[in-house]
Amino acid sequence: MDSLFQNMQGIPMNHYLIFCSIIFVIGVIGVLIRRNVIIIMMSIELMLNSVNLLLAAFSAYSGDPSGQVFVFFIMALAAAEVAVGLAIIIMVYRNTKSVDIESLSKLRW
Amino acid sequence: MIELIWTIPLIPLLGFVVLGLLRNQLPRPVIAVIGCGVILGSFLLSCGIFKEVYDARQLGESGVFSKEIFNWFTVGSFSLNLSFLVDPLSAIMLLIITGVGFLIHLYSSCYMLHDDGFGKYFSYLNLFIFFMLLLVLGSNYLVMFIGWEGVGLCSYLLIGFWFKNSSYAKAAKKAFVMNRIGDLGFLIAIFFILANFGSLEYSEVLPKAALLPMGDSLLLVITLLLFVAATGKSAQIPLFTWLPDAMAGPTPVSALIHAATMVTAGIYMIARSNIMFTLSPITMQVIAIIGVATALIAAFIAITQNDIKKVLAYSTVSQLGYMFLGLGVGAFTGAFFHVLTHAFFKALLFLGAGSVIHAMSSEQDMRSMGGLKKALPITFITMMIGTVAIAGIPPLSGFFSKDEILAYAFVSNPVFWVLGFLGALCTAFYMFRLMYLTFYGKFRGTKEQEHHLHESPWQMTLPLIILAILSFVGGALNIPEALGGGHWLKEFLSPVFAQTNAVATPFELSHSTEYILMAASAIGAIIMAFVAYQKYVKKEDIPQADGATEQSGLYKLSYNKLYVDELYAALFVKPLNGLSKFFHRIVEKSGVDGLVNGIGDLFVSSGKGVRQLQSGHVGFYIFMMVIGVIAFMLYGLFTI
Amino acid sequence: MDNLFILLLLPVVSAIILAFMKSTSAKWAAFVLALLQLGLTIPFICNFVPDASVQFSQSWSWISNLGINFHVGLDGISLPMLILTNGLIPLIILASFGHQKTGNFYALISFMQAGLVLVFISLDAFSFYIGWEAALIPIYFICALWGEGDRIRINMKFFVYTFFGSLLMLIAIIYLYQQSGTKDLSWTTLTQLSLTEGSQRWIFWAFFAAFAIKIPLFPFHSWQPDTYTHAPAAGTMLLSGIMLKMGLFGLLRWLLPLVPDAVASYGMVAMIMSLIGVVYGSIIAFKMNDAKRLIAYSSIAHVGLISAGIFSFSQEGLQGAVLQMINHGISVVGLFFIIDVIQQRLGTRDLKELGGLATKMPILAICFLIILMGAIGLPLTNGFIGEFLLLKGIFSTAEHGVWYAVIGGTTLIFGAVYMLRFFQKAMLGTAQKDVLDIQDVRGYEALLLIIISALVIIIGVFPNCLLHLSEASVSQLLQQIK
Repeated sequence: MDSLFQNMQGIPMNHYLIFCSIIFVIGVIGVLIRRNVIIIMMSIELMLNSVNLLLAAFSAYSGDPSGQVFVFFIMALAAAEVAVGLAIIIMVYRNTKSVDIESLSKLRW
Repeated sequence: MIELIWTIPLIPLLGFVVLGLLRNQLPRPVIAVIGCGVILGSFLLSCGIFKEVYDARQLGESGVFSKEIFNWFTVGSFSLNLSFLVDPLSAIMLLIITGVGFLIHLYSSCYMLHDDGFGKYFSYLNLFIFFMLLLVLGSNYLVMFIGWEGVGLCSYLLIGFWFKNSSYAKAAKKAFVMNRIGDLGFLIAIFFILANFGSLEYSEVLPKAALLPMGDSLLLVITLLLFVAATGKSAQIPLFTWLPDAMAGPTPVSALIHAATMVTAGIYMIARSNIMFTLSPITMQVIAIIGVATALIAAFIAITQNDIKKVLAYSTVSQLGYMFLGLGVGAFTGAFFHVLTHAFFKALLFLGAGSVIHAMSSEQDMRSMGGLKKALPITFITMMIGTVAIAGIPPLSGFFSKDEILAYAFVSNPVFWVLGFLGALCTAFYMFRLMYLTFYGKFRGTKEQEHHLHESPWQMTLPLIILAILSFVGGALNIPEALGGGHWLKEFLSPVFAQTNAVATPFELSHSTEYILMAASAIGAIIMAFVAYQKYVKKEDIPQADGATEQSGLYKLSYNKLYVDELYAALFVKPLNGLSKFFHRIVEKSGVDGLVNGIGDLFVSSGKGVRQLQSGHVGFYIFMMVIGVIAFMLYGLFTI
Repeated sequence: MDNLFILLLLPVVSAIILAFMKSTSAKWAAFVLALLQLGLTIPFICNFVPDASVQFSQSWSWISNLGINFHVGLDGISLPMLILTNGLIPLIILASFGHQKTGNFYALISFMQAGLVLVFISLDAFSFYIGWEAALIPIYFICALWGEGDRIRINMKFFVYTFFGSLLMLIAIIYLYQQSGTKDLSWTTLTQLSLTEGSQRWIFWAFFAAFAIKIPLFPFHSWQPDTYTHAPAAGTMLLSGIMLKMGLFGLLRWLLPLVPDAVASYGMVAMIMSLIGVVYGSIIAFKMNDAKRLIAYSSIAHVGLISAGIFSFSQEGLQGAVLQMINHGISVVGLFFIIDVIQQRLGTRDLKELGGLATKMPILAICFLIILMGAIGLPLTNGFIGEFLLLKGIFSTAEHGVWYAVIGGTTLIFGAVYMLRFFQKAMLGTAQKDVLDIQDVRGYEALLLIIISALVIIIGVFPNCLLHLSEASVSQLLQQIK
């Protein structure tokens, strides 16, 4: 465990921060500009994972394992979310023959 | 006897209840017997009361008795008892109300015999007597107010007695509403009295008022408000227009309510509170001016009316004006004396007119009458006595009472005398005009009416005869000193006016001036009778049907009642109705309710606006979410 | 038997029973249960000692960790209201006998009765508020389910409008709860709070808004005419006969003692609003042809006068207000019943289409006249004593009392104008519609009208029996304010 911490601390904190930010922003941009629901889901995963990585990095730097506990929580949550989300997408696809996000625009006032 | 005072109003009330409940079950003769009987009972009791008061006066006592019946209501420190007061003034009023009332009940038992609402009629009439007795017997202003409003209700019911005719129903409403305007004045006056004297009992209020200085502003307000009430009930300017319309009711009702009793309630009330009025000279001036103006204007209108009851109605208004003139110039006894004699001769005239209408099969237009002298001898003679009396020709009663008022008016201000004298001339003219048009000349009605002409039965002529006798000799009650009389009425009533007599300047007029005034009015009346004779009997100048001939402006003014009704319609009725519509359609719909609905609409429309954001495009939602997150982050960044 | 709780329990139990009953038997069951409730009220009237103390007081801990108690009791102001509620509801149920109504209808009336009773007897702001809202919900359903015309929209407005006022009051109550050191909402605690001028001011307006909407005072009245006209007859009677008294009672029980300083400084505003309502309501009533709407506007005028009497802060004004609340309840139930009878017989209540009914319906005409005379305040009817005391109270108001009394007094004249117009158009004149086969009131209709007419006269001749109930409590209340 300690060696893992040392290995992680071998890379400066700034690098983690910048790297995670970049991944997060890629995720955000992916969510914002893509119309394919599956890719949007993937982008959301990307954002979650960037946060997970950051949590792990902070956990390693501060020597507090509770950060990593949260990572597990988030991973479990993400799995559940993907399961539900994909099920919805499959239902949408069956009904509309499309995975375009705009095909769901009828849910409004 | 005084202990039994409460039975006097109670008996008519019982009559009302019995007749009201059983009006359709009882046969007509029984109804008539009950209806008349209860009033006769009250009359006999009133005679007993009067005798007691009279005996007390003979012994030199004041003759004032009071009797508490029960506590009506108590609130905080203010407690009001239903209690009765008998003094010379109310004792005489009792006799007038129950005595004349009985005669009119008797008369009605025949006059109304064929009416569907016979039982209802008598129950209303009994109720009226009950309220009128409360009015005069009350020992405080609020009990008087009960009677005051109660007689207004009965007047409403009886004017609208034939309510199927909607114009009659309207006349009834008009009477009630106009009376209510006065009643508001009365009520406010009551509040003033209560607030400043701490009581409403005459026995407490009047002595306290007597201590106030002459011209006190509080008394001015109270007396003016009371006078407003009196103008409503006693049909004075500006609230007089209801009385002529009130002739829609059965004729005996006009005789009882709208001539002999109810309309004199205003005079009774002012006479009752005489000290307050004496101490407010401005009010006295106002009363005198209004009184004389009413007397003149009503007499002027009466000259051209063709409906026999309308003439008498305007005559009543005019005579009431004289009474107010009398009050205004301080002739309290004279005014009350005129109430008394007027009750006799005006009831007589109305009942006589009723007898004529009865004979003419409900025709009221004098243009269709004429020459009834032969067919209706008793009616003719008795009405002639009434006419001579009202015209003020000696030695009949009207001469004495009117003359006393005019003498006081002369002392107060000769202008009042001149105007009053002019009014008296008009009175003589229109009354003789009425007599000549009705009883002289040729019959102008239809053949059928002529065939039906008959003298009325004894139930109707007996009251006429009795009232004629009273009208003839009534003047003897108060013969002035100048004619060697003893002023009996004045002496009898002196306890009531004691406080006034102590303050007011005594009446001083040399006998020679008094003789001249008397002679002038008597001769004037005779001349007017002669002029009317020339015009209507000799020249047979019978008024034409409406619009048949072009009339002078003055005639039109008189014929159309000075356009007062039209004026009031334009000044009050139409604006109020317009205001009602304005409030309802504009203020209510767009203002008050518009504001409330506007607030509701504001939420609805803002919801409409905001929901546009809920477009259904998930991309847009995500975009907004990101914007929101970034905004929060920036906020956090800049505040830390 | 003198446990006030039973008066709350019985209507609730009745409501549950009635909800499961068939329509034919429900009306009789409802009537009997309402009479039972009235019978149970009698011991309280008989055992009541007419002094200022709170009697038959009952208190249970309700939500103990918040310090909320369920506290009820009677004094000279609430007892007349209790009599009014429990006395009028049997009459209102009787009045609805002519209509085929289901058990639910009577269940709602009973439930509302429980709410009304709670409002009048509660001595705790929390239970007061619960009663206040509990009375509103049933009447909403009564009007919305059995009403006529555009009833849903109009009742929505009525509900939201009055509820808006209630919420303002709730905020004020919560604030008061925070202020009371003991965390207690009982009437005694709240009236002894010493509040700052600023908080008194807004508490005054919050309470006043709730009450003014309920009463309703000008200019908060615009829900009222529409609601009255579109409600079923019984609903209109409940609304005008009893429910608007909740607002007036609220002024007396809560507003005046809670914030005496603010009441002293803003009382004149309230007085003027009330008086404007008197004139405004009367003038609009002049030209109304819908009989129900006419009475609705006249009701605005009448309650305006009552509220003006309350804001005169005088013994006469307040006692007159208590008395006139009862009088108004009696006469307005009578008038709406008469309108309902006419509408059932002729299918219309438009004055332009009516006329000449007095010949065909003499008993109705006589009772109508008596009730009408009560409504316009003829002496020896109940309305006179009420109006006399109210006007006397208004007259004795310190500043400009005379003018206030004159403005308020115009109701004497205007009342005569519109009421007599109503009477004349409906009863007098010649018949406009074919009324040959119209029958006079019979059975329960005649009974109801005779009871109401008798009450009008009895209270008018012997008002002391009601006045002495409220005398001590009112004078204590006045001392509390001053």
